[in-house]
Amino acid sequence: MIDRLFGDLTRAGLAALAAFVLLLLVLPGFATGYILSVTTIILYLAFVGQAWNLMLGFAGLLSIGHALFMGIGAYASAYLFARHGLPPIVGLIVGGGLAVAVGAAISALAFRFAIGGVYFALLTIAFAEFTRIMVDHARFLGGTEGLFLPVSAESRQGFDLFHLRGRPEMFYYVIMLLCLGAHALCRWLLTSRAGYYWRAVRDNPQAAEALGVNIFRYRMYAVMVSSGMAATAGVFYAFFYNNLFPEQIFSVERSIEMTLAPIVGGVGTLFGPIFGAFVLTPLGEVLTWAIEWLQHEEIIGKQVKVDGVKLLFWGIAVAAIVLLQPRGLWPWACKRLGLIRAPEDREEGR
Amino acid sequence: MTESLLGIRDLDLYYGDAAALEDVAIDVPLGAIVCIVGANGAGKSSLIRTIQGIEKPRRGSIVFKGQDITGWPSHKVTDLGIGQVAEGRQIFAGLSVDENLEVGAFLPRGRAGKAAAKDRVYQMFPKLAERRGQIAGTMSGGEQQMLAIGRCLMGRPELVMFDEPSLGLAPAIVQEVFGIIEKLNAEGITVILVEQNVAVSLTLASSAYVLENGRIVLSGSGRELLHHEGVKQAYLGM
Repeated sequence: MIDRLFGDLTRAGLAALAAFVLLLLVLPGFATGYILSVTTIILYLAFVGQAWNLMLGFAGLLSIGHALFMGIGAYASAYLFARHGLPPIVGLIVGGGLAVAVGAAISALAFRFAIGGVYFALLTIAFAEFTRIMVDHARFLGGTEGLFLPVSAESRQGFDLFHLRGRPEMFYYVIMLLCLGAHALCRWLLTSRAGYYWRAVRDNPQAAEALGVNIFRYRMYAVMVSSGMAATAGVFYAFFYNNLFPEQIFSVERSIEMTLAPIVGGVGTLFGPIFGAFVLTPLGEVLTWAIEWLQHEEIIGKQVKVDGVKLLFWGIAVAAIVLLQPRGLWPWACKRLGLIRAPEDREEGR
Repeated sequence: MTESLLGIRDLDLYYGDAAALEDVAIDVPLGAIVCIVGANGAGKSSLIRTIQGIEKPRRGSIVFKGQDITGWPSHKVTDLGIGQVAEGRQIFAGLSVDENLEVGAFLPRGRAGKAAAKDRVYQMFPKLAERRGQIAGTMSGGEQQMLAIGRCLMGRPELVMFDEPSLGLAPAIVQEVFGIIEKLNAEGITVILVEQNVAVSLTLASSAYVLENGRIVLSGSGRELLHHEGVKQAYLGM
């Protein structure tokens, strides 16, 4: 089992992965509140990034509407908790189920009519957009005024996993386990029949068809797994931030945000989305500091608006990576550090 | 009369309102090499795709090993023992050679004898064995065609349909490919061969059909067609 899941890693790669997991486990012991909350956000982006990467990287399906699935999970769980007092596990089942069903419906629609590539991506945007407008007008979900989860000073101190009410450390551990769980799931899927079929369909649908692969069904599976994962991230998001606005949740920016970490880290790689999140977010934070410092030192005036700078910077970073390391930073780092076996000698190791 | 492995009767296939195949009837005896000859767009690939279950015929029947498989989904058809080597070296470029072969063996039929089938493929194609860890897209055209054939064999087919296996390959490699087809046939695999290289394929074929505009216009033994005036003029340039 271990060999099947981690057979592609060298000894150094395994050691690095173990060290990484260990560091994540002990981090709350010494990290400041700030570091902890940034790491929580990183892990959240790494988690949704893996969900998105499963579709594009493994199955070759580009989604630019992943906020839809994440938002369904977020709104379903928040609604059930805020209005009916039901715990997030119920929200996860309902929201996850709903997101998977919507994912299946969109893919059935698309693949039945052979909508592929960019057109499929447009379809995902369209669904995310009209869901946003629908939620805008849904009174029971708070509409444009937003949906809020009850929080008390007391609940912020606890460790109530069942209701996901508690200290920042609790949220940190929840998303850490989700992120590592997603990583294990992706590793397992990639070596299963579905994983082989996904990559076969991604590389060459015609040849996959000739081998008897049901392209329609396997593409649909990819969308369903990915949307279920994104909905899970949505449940976490809702309970972590405690407020939901359709404008924020279903926006195209949020969908694009999910794609950045895997693009930077390496689409189609297993660890790329995690690596990408750990590179991008801290860079964004450093940039924020830098601007604050420049304003503090009055090198740039306080009246200068710098709201979009982070986005601009991320845009430049993504463009640079696409141009310089199109396969992502992670494959490049692996080659440099010897963490993954070269394909040539992988078989002997198995 | 030899036992029939695959029998096709009255087959019509339409793409929308356009007929791709009309009234096609073909008989593939067990252990034969049946050649299908025709110009581009005559419906050869459509026929293969219909047999495989990828296209659904409007009318007619396809019987394989005594079972009516008309309208079956392609994974069931494949699992019953029909394999296809699609046109134009269709490999999974981003996967290693070994992973390409794995994809061919996920259906129950292939799964059952996977290890043995893989040994056999590597024995048959030593070059693939040398490169089992290599990313398939980086191999030469000939090697990719061998991989496509090997991957098809991983499903342990009884009938293999070759769609233009010599397309775009160097003459020496073409010879090799035809040699492999003969060898597979000698080992008991029944073959349907669709080829532009009419002279060679008719020499190999036990029987052959000429397809024009979706209809069978001529059939006979390979030798008969090889000496048929119409075939000579249209396909052999004589």
